[in-house]
Order: sequence, then structure tokens, then C-alpha cells
Amino acid sequence: MLRYMLRRTLIMVPVTLFVSMIVFIIIQLPPGDFVSGYAAKMATSGEIMDEQAMALLRESYGLDKPWYVQYFTWIIGILTEGDFGYSLSYNRPVSDIIGQYMGITIIVSLVSMVFTYVVAIPIGILSAVKQYSFFDYLATGFGFLGMATPNFLLAIILMFISFQWWGDPMLGLFSAEFTDAPWTAAKWMDLFKHMIIPVIVIGTSNTCELIRVMRGQMLDEMTKPHILTARAKGLPEWRILLKYSARAAINPIVSTIGWSLTTIFTGSTITAIVLNLPTQGPVMHKALLSQDMYLAGSWLLLMAVFTLLGTLISDILLAWLDPRIRMTRKGT
Amino acid sequence: MGELKVEEKTAGGLTSSAAPVVEVNGLRVGFRTQAGVVQAVDGIDMKIGPGRTLALVGESGCGKSVTGKALLALQPKHAEVTGEILLSTADTKGKGRLDLVKLKPDSKEMRAVRGGSVSMIFQEPMTALSPLHTVGDQIMENVLLHRTRNRKEAKRIALDMMKRVGIGNAEQRLDQYPHEFSGGMRQRVMIAMALSCNPTLLIADEPTTALDVTIQAQVLELMRKLQRELGMATLFITHDLGVVAETADDVAVMYLGRIVETAPVRELFSNPKHPYTKGLMKSIPRIGSQTGRLASIEGTVPLPLNRPPMCGFYERCPERIEGVCNAMDVPETQIGPDHRVRCFLYNDEGSKAKEAKMHG
Ligand SMILES: Nc1ncnc2c1ncn2[C@@H]1O[C@H](COP(=O)(O)OP(=O)(O)O)[C@@H](O)[C@H]1O
Ligand code: SF4
Ligand SMILES: [Mg+2]
Repeated sequence: MLRYMLRRTLIMVPVTLFVSMIVFIIIQLPPGDFVSGYAAKMATSGEIMDEQAMALLRESYGLDKPWYVQYFTWIIGILTEGDFGYSLSYNRPVSDIIGQYMGITIIVSLVSMVFTYVVAIPIGILSAVKQYSFFDYLATGFGFLGMATPNFLLAIILMFISFQWWGDPMLGLFSAEFTDAPWTAAKWMDLFKHMIIPVIVIGTSNTCELIRVMRGQMLDEMTKPHILTARAKGLPEWRILLKYSARAAINPIVSTIGWSLTTIFTGSTITAIVLNLPTQGPVMHKALLSQDMYLAGSWLLLMAVFTLLGTLISDILLAWLDPRIRMTRKGT
Repeated sequence: MGELKVEEKTAGGLTSSAAPVVEVNGLRVGFRTQAGVVQAVDGIDMKIGPGRTLALVGESGCGKSVTGKALLALQPKHAEVTGEILLSTADTKGKGRLDLVKLKPDSKEMRAVRGGSVSMIFQEPMTALSPLHTVGDQIMENVLLHRTRNRKEAKRIALDMMKRVGIGNAEQRLDQYPHEFSGGMRQRVMIAMALSCNPTLLIADEPTTALDVTIQAQVLELMRKLQRELGMATLFITHDLGVVAETADDVAVMYLGRIVETAPVRELFSNPKHPYTKGLMKSIPRIGSQTGRLASIEGTVPLPLNRPPMCGFYERCPERIEGVCNAMDVPETQIGPDHRVRCFLYNDEGSKAKEAKMHG
């Protein structure tokens, strides 16, 4: 198992490099570059940039070099000194910008994930145990509703409700008076209040899907022959449920935790824009639009690393949870 | 091995007149469906004495498994069970017998019976064990439920049982998972599990059907050996008369939810009476036949749904008497001390009708 994990981790290195190169090429693909976009924007405000000024700008950012030179300079910078390049639109190092938004992004994502699992797994189990009951129909109904409602719509509805009842749509993650305040208990409370809507919005569609998956898995597991064996031993129903059915039903779900990390990461971009959250999503959205290549590239690269890490985590969990899979990996 | 109560069987085996371990009277199991009630078990009686083996034999779909499961209240929730299942165990001695039909399936009393005084082995060893738990855990679970709360003690008992059923290298095998065992070995695990708490009754539902021929013989031999050592009564469910000849003391032939003939094994083989039993005899499959279908009897078991009162075997019977067999329910006839048959050929009603036909 240890050897397997080590091997998997090592394989990640060339894959990450390969992905980073693809990412870089794709960012370069659209016609024009940051400078031409910048010039066009200046033009709308009446300032005309001449060719010479543009060439100067390109040279100072290294944009005049061929793409592979730019790529290697960038990668070597990352590997040797953790320098992710310079954001042209923010006029700041990329690592600064990512660092600023990363903390909040991770908090929102993790809380959403915990919300998803804590809500979905018990509801899924109960739905299956009480199949075709009122509760089951209710959960199924809400599940489809939740999956069908676009996140931004849900965000707007919740903001509206919050505004109607408390006079505050809970935009952003902090109220105005706390934005620059030190971390007091009151500020934490404020953050907590502001997280409710985003967590519900970001978590809901995943939750609904997970309820369906968990319910289906449970129904499948509850009719397996070995459940009858357990019953024939004299085990009480609730223990059969927990030790055998739920334990087996959770396997494929727990093992996808790794993947859902990235889903929640990317899926929340639109919601974050609507809710005005200071997370990665909106920042990167802007970066892609303005061809702020080092910022966008670094972000995509991080996404790729997260995806690979997520897959690795999932695979390890799967092997850890299922002895049959563990066995096939022993030899490799 | 001291903790296992060893009860030697008396020389000729105990006769069926000894106080039975289990007595089933008028057991009926029906499944409500949209089309009506599927009467899978339609009023059966049977008795198994201590240390004896009753083989319940019949084609696929005749209600054998449903009967076996009903003895442990393992039927699905929508099933309706009536009749009596009277069990005498060490616990009930002196207090009369326990009627399992009256217990709620998930009640404490029923759970004490399951895996304790009555245990069951299923047909498919490949799916009857949880793939996510070690074999040792699954055997010990049974022991911990009924015999001891001490894990060390439970482990010792589990190891002992594994050795008894012929699993070599038991200490190491205890921590392995079912997928590391072959089919035959898994069935040995199931047997170890089922016998780990000294049951007074073992229900074995086609325990060898899913196994290779050579393995079948080994497992049958093992079961015989363990029965000699432990002395439990056994309900041996099978569709294979070849297996019956090797294992049973008594035989109950089942057809369409009913027992159509009961006799001691020798008597049944030498003197079969019911046309269905005779059909079975003609088609004794070699050990290892997996089909459960009998070539020499045309057709298959009909679905026990909305049947009028008549003989269940009528459609396939070569000796049927029109106007009698399909006109009323068939009563049981005692034709020997331990030999009963449910067929109009052996009672007054049928004889009269036959005579009338011959003369008229
Ligand atoms: N859960 C169930 N619901 C409805 N019908 C069932 C159910 N289980 C078994 N039956 C029916 O009961 C009859 C007997 O089945 P079974 O006892 O499994 O036969 P076998 O003798 O092969 O073990 C069959 O006709 C089967 O279709
Ligand atoms: S009762 Fe009639 S139909 Fe049924 S087995 Fe006997 S002879 Fe055949
Ligand atoms: Mg069966």
C-alpha cells in the first residue's frame, strides 16, 4: 500500500508538468494578448497607445518571446523560488493574489463539503430504510427541486428572503464594519452568518445528488444476500444497517470526496460572483477574460494539481475502505 | 474443544417418536402481490428429532427456501406467516415449547433463537459473507451475540470452529477476507459460523448446490461428521435426491407449497408412492447437477397463485383421476408407521372413483 501511494505520488509530477504546458498553450490560443486587450480598453477611455508603447510593454513583460520560452521561464520560477509570475491586471505577484483569496476559498469549500455530507448521508440512509414513505417522497421531491434550481437563482432567492426578514442580503463574507476589524468573537459570528447562504447555495445541488446516490446504494446493499446472513445470526436491524449496509453504501461516496473537492472549487464561481464572495472563482474569471496569463495559468495549474491530489486521495480512500481493492494493489 | 457439547447419536439414530426439536404444524407463508396472494408454503407439517436429518426435497420454486427462512422469521416484511413452529431448546426445557410464529421477527426472543439455538447455511457461499469484513470478524460476531462477550474467548471459539471445519492455517485465515477464500472454503466458513453456538437445529438451504462436484462431496462429508460430533437436528434442503440418499434420516418431498410424501429415507427409496416422488426417482441426477429441473417430469412447477382446491401436481401427473384430483383438496393418508402420502391413489375417495370408472 505504501509503495502504491509513493508510486502514485511520483507519477503526479510528469502529469502536472504536462498539464501545465497544455494550460499555458490554451491560454495563448485566443488572438491578441493582454497588451492588445489593455490598449483596446485604454482606447475606449480616449487614450491611444501607439505601437511603440505597446512593444515596450510587451518587452517588459516578456510577451515578445515565443510561448515556450515564456513557459519555461514561468515553470522554472515556480519550481525554484515559488514565483508564479506577475499579474498584469492587478500589478501584483500572482502568489500574492492567490494567497489573499485562498484562505477564504478553502474555508467556504470545506464548510460546504461538510454540510453536503452531514446532510445527505443520513437523509439518504433514512430514505432507503423508509422506502416509499412520506419522508422518502419528501426527500426525493426536494432532491429534484434542488438539483433543478440553478445556483445563482437559489442565491438570489435566499438573498431576497434574508433582505426581507433581516433587512440585510448578506452580501460578501463580512459586514462593512467588520471588513478591516481585528478577529474578535463578533467578527467570527459575522463571518458565520454570512457563510450560511453561500454554503447552502454551493452545497445544495451536491447534497441533492448525494442523497439520490446514497439512497440507491443503500437499497442495493440492503438486499444483498449477506444481509440475510447477518439477520440469521440474530443481529439487531440497526446494527445490520450500520455495520453492513451503510458501511458498504458509503464506500463509493467517501471515495469521491477527493473529486468533489475540485467540483466545489470550480462550481462555485458563478455563485461567488452573484454573492460577491472574495473567493478565487470571480478573480480567476476576470483573469481569463483579460488574458492575464500568469494569473489564469497559475490558477488552472492549481486546479489541475487539486484534481490530481483529489484523485489520489479518492484512490487511497477506496483501497483503505475496500479490502478487495486493497488486495489488487498489493502487488503493484 | 471442551466447550462444545458433544452428543453421541444412539446406534440406530433416534426414532422420530423421540420428543422433536422442532415441530411444524400447518405452516403457511403467502406473499401479497398485485395479482393476488402467492401461497409459497401452503400448510405443511414436519417434525425433526434430536440429531436427525430431515431432507426437504423438491424442484426449484416449490417453496423450500421460503419454508427454511420462515423457521427463522427471515421472510420479507410483506409476507404473511400462519401456523405453528414449536421449538424446544435448552432454554425452553420445562417451560414448554416456543412458538416462533408468535414472535415478532426483530424481537429480542427471535434474535436469541437466530444464530443461537437455530442457525442457517445458505446456498451461495460467494455472496453470503460480507466482502468488507474479515472472516474472523464474521464468525466471532455470531459467538459474541450468543455465547460470550469476551472477545478473546470469542476468537478462541472461532479459531476452534475453523479448525473443526477443516480450514488449515486458521490463525492466519481468521484475518483474511472472503474473497481470499475459494467457494468450498467459504462454505466451510459459513458452516463454522452456523455451528459456532451449538445450535439444536441447523437449516441448510442447498449448501452444496453452488459448489463443484468434488467439493460437494467433501462438504457433505464434513457436515455429516459435524452432526455426529455436535448432535444438532438438521433440516437439509435440496433439489437433489442423490444428496438426500447420502445425508438424510427422513425425507419430506415438497411440491407447490405442500409436502406430498414423508417417509424414512430407506422406505422412500424402496417404496415411493406419490407419482411426483416416483418421477423424481426416475430422474435422480448425478451429484453436481445444477439445474434443479427434472427431465423425466414434463413441465415446471406452476406459480402458487389463485389455485382452486385440487392436487397441485394434477397438470403434470401421469396417473391423474379426472373429476377427483382436480375437484377437491387432497387429504393426507397414513400408509405405514412413518410413511404418509398426499394423493388420491391411496385413499378411499380415489379408489372408489377408479373403480367406478373401470366398471362404468
Ligand atoms: N419475496 C417473495 N415474493 C413473492 N414471491 C416469492 C418471494 N419469495 C419466493 N416467492 C415465490 O415462492 C415460491 C417458492 O420459492 P422458493 O422457496 O424460493 O423455492 P425453492 O423451493 O426453489 O427454494 C416461488 O414461486 C417464488 O416465486
Ligand atoms: S392426487 Fe391425483 S393428480 Fe395428484 S398426484 Fe395423486 S393421482 Fe396425481
Ligand atoms: Mg431455494
